[in-house]
Amino acid sequence: MSTADDNEREVHGQETDADGGGHDSGTTVREGGGFVLLFFIIGFAASLVVGWLIFPNLLYSQKKQPFDFNHALHMGEVDNGCESCHFFREDGTYSGVPKLAQCVACHEDVQGDTQDETIFVEKYVSKKREVPWRVYSRQPDCVFFSHAAHVKMAKMDCVTCHGHIGESTSLPVYEENRLTGYSRDIEGHHLENLLCLKKNTADRMKMDDCAECHLEKTGRKTSVQTEKDGCFVCHK
Amino acid sequence: MKQEQEKPKKFGMVIDLDKCTGCGACMVACMAENNVPFKENETNKLDSITWMRVYKLTNNKPFPMTEVCYLPRPCQHCEGLHTGHSPCVSVCPATATDYDMETGIVSQIYTRCFGCRYCMGACPYHARYFNWWDPVWPEGMEKMLSPNVSPRMRGVVEKCSFCFHRYQAAKDKAFYKETRAIAEDDYQTACTQACPAGAITFGDLDNKDHAVYKKKQDPNAFRLLERLGTNTKVYYLSRKEWVRKAGDNYLPGEGLQKPRRIHE
Ligand code: HEC
Ligand code: HEC
Ligand code: HEC
Ligand code: HEC
Ligand code: HEC
Repeated sequence: MSTADDNEREVHGQETDADGGGHDSGTTVREGGGFVLLFFIIGFAASLVVGWLIFPNLLYSQKKQPFDFNHALHMGEVDNGCESCHFFREDGTYSGVPKLAQCVACHEDVQGDTQDETIFVEKYVSKKREVPWRVYSRQPDCVFFSHAAHVKMAKMDCVTCHGHIGESTSLPVYEENRLTGYSRDIEGHHLENLLCLKKNTADRMKMDDCAECHLEKTGRKTSVQTEKDGCFVCHK
Repeated sequence: MKQEQEKPKKFGMVIDLDKCTGCGACMVACMAENNVPFKENETNKLDSITWMRVYKLTNNKPFPMTEVCYLPRPCQHCEGLHTGHSPCVSVCPATATDYDMETGIVSQIYTRCFGCRYCMGACPYHARYFNWWDPVWPEGMEKMLSPNVSPRMRGVVEKCSFCFHRYQAAKDKAFYKETRAIAEDDYQTACTQACPAGAITFGDLDNKDHAVYKKKQDPNAFRLLERLGTNTKVYYLSRKEWVRKAGDNYLPGEGLQKPRRIHE
């Protein structure tokens, strides 16, 4: 059994050995170090490219909506603005994506000559089938969200959280996370989101984004564990 | 700008055991309301899940002095002796269970839970249950599940939430009218409403206008294992002394004690 002191001496011995033998090969060692550094940098850059540029594209599959929808055109047709189609029910719940009932009054028959309208009328309206819209902002099952709290109480506008879909002339491509099945809008589309430099609230809507705004706006620290909002504020 | 803080609430129950007939309607209502999974064979009570469970107590006396009492047991939503120090919250290594000072409700986030089951060991009331399997619903029943309560998966712990989703719904309704005021009726648990005998009363224990406020001060009120200091939010009422004694640990010959109450 060796004592701690013995160990120390052994280590010192090795060091002097290496110093003594390495005098004339000093230059090659330095060159080798340069190569290692170079390979490290190349490898690091390559994994950054893979991780930030290639992997996100592999991670998400692109899905089309059943047909395109033009918000700008419809805002000129309806009487009641956004609320003609996205409205609150009497019990405070939010209707969300419109049902066929909000469309049939105008779309009993094909009015124009766009292919989108033809698909809509022939495949859905005449067969009385609801349109299987993909919802960009859809959160996981365990999340509770309240439009009433944000729109009625906090007086926030739709653009803050949804961006400019309401004024757009066509729907964006829906991207689905292949692993979780969640929409990419939650994780965010841009490189900035990975680097945690998001510019608009709507760019990303993960748990920390919700919680950060809540802490700032409401100042509630009612959770014993996290000193933020209690989990049951946003979960169910 | 910080919004004005709401007065914190302390939701709780008072269950009148003299009214309870043991019919089990509360258990059924709870299962249906909260998407609680069940199996074809539920005879093994060690692996079945019942957020609300009715226990049968007897006074152990021979006929004709035999008496029976049924005791419904939801999660007791312990506050502990200092705020939020409930047995399960303090042991959870995953932050999956939490105490909310605004409502006094102990929450359980299933997606966060990794199934270590410390909380089940810590809970003195057996109110927590483990999902040994993924739920298997009889054909067609997935379509009948409530979208307001997220379903659970294999390997996580679940328990009674005081039907918290109904509080969320009540708040939504109030927010729509641009107020925060929620009436006593707007938030009631499924078991409370299902009880045909009206044995369960639910409300804010700190609100003088709620029925539970008065009832919990009844001289016949007691809480389960009160002397442990769990400071639960479920009170029971019974005029029978043996029932009140059955609610706690008593040494042979020890008389009924008046436990110290933390909140009045
Ligand atoms: C107030 C009447 C009105 C309502 C309500 C209405 N639409 Fe339209 N919609 C129109 C008109 C007018 C056009 C333009 C027809 C044309 O091409 O000339 C149109 C065009 C369309 C088109 C083809 C153009 C495009 O790409 O958007 C689609 C698809 C469509 N509507 C879907 C819907 C759906 C889905 C709903 C229900 C959520 C709906 N509409 C509700 C009046 C209405
Ligand atoms: C004629 C009906 C109609 C009107 C009016 C309308 N929308 Fe829409 N909205 C739709 C339909 C149909 C969709 C497609 C559903 C989807 O994207 O999944 C949609 C989708 C959206 C979405 C995307 C939801 C998501 O996450 O998938 C937002 C945000 C939105 N609308 C906002 C608005 C705003 C803001 C206004 C008012 C400026 C407005 N809408 C007016 C019918 C309407
Ligand atoms: C605080 C951010 C926020 C604001 C403000 C907001 N939304 Fe949303 N919206 C969300 C979130 C988050 C979801 C996803 C909810 C979920 O999946 O449970 C959503 C979902 C939706 C959906 C799809 C609902 C569905 O599941 O069918 C529509 C449509 C929508 N919002 C429209 C609007 C409109 C119109 C407004 C403005 C009146 C608005 N939102 C304001 C955050 C917001
Ligand atoms: C940009 C700010 C902001 C963002 C982002 C935001 N919220 Fe909120 N939220 C608020 C404010 C402010 C309130 C308080 C409204 C009130 O009560 O006056 C609120 C209230 C709520 C409430 C009701 C709470 C109550 O009083 O019981 C829920 C639920 C909620 N938010 C969920 C979410 C979820 C889930 C997300 C993320 C998907 C989210 N919020 C994102 C600002 C935000
Ligand atoms: C301010 C709202 C808010 C609060 C408070 C909140 N969450 Fe979340 N949580 C979310 C949203 C929105 C998501 C979904 C988006 C995401 O994955 O980040 C989420 C996702 C999660 C997930 C991942 C679920 C999945 O299927 O991907 C877990 C686990 C979780 N939350 C646990 C908790 C716990 C534990 C607490 C309490 C300590 C808590 N959350 C408090 C909003 C909230």
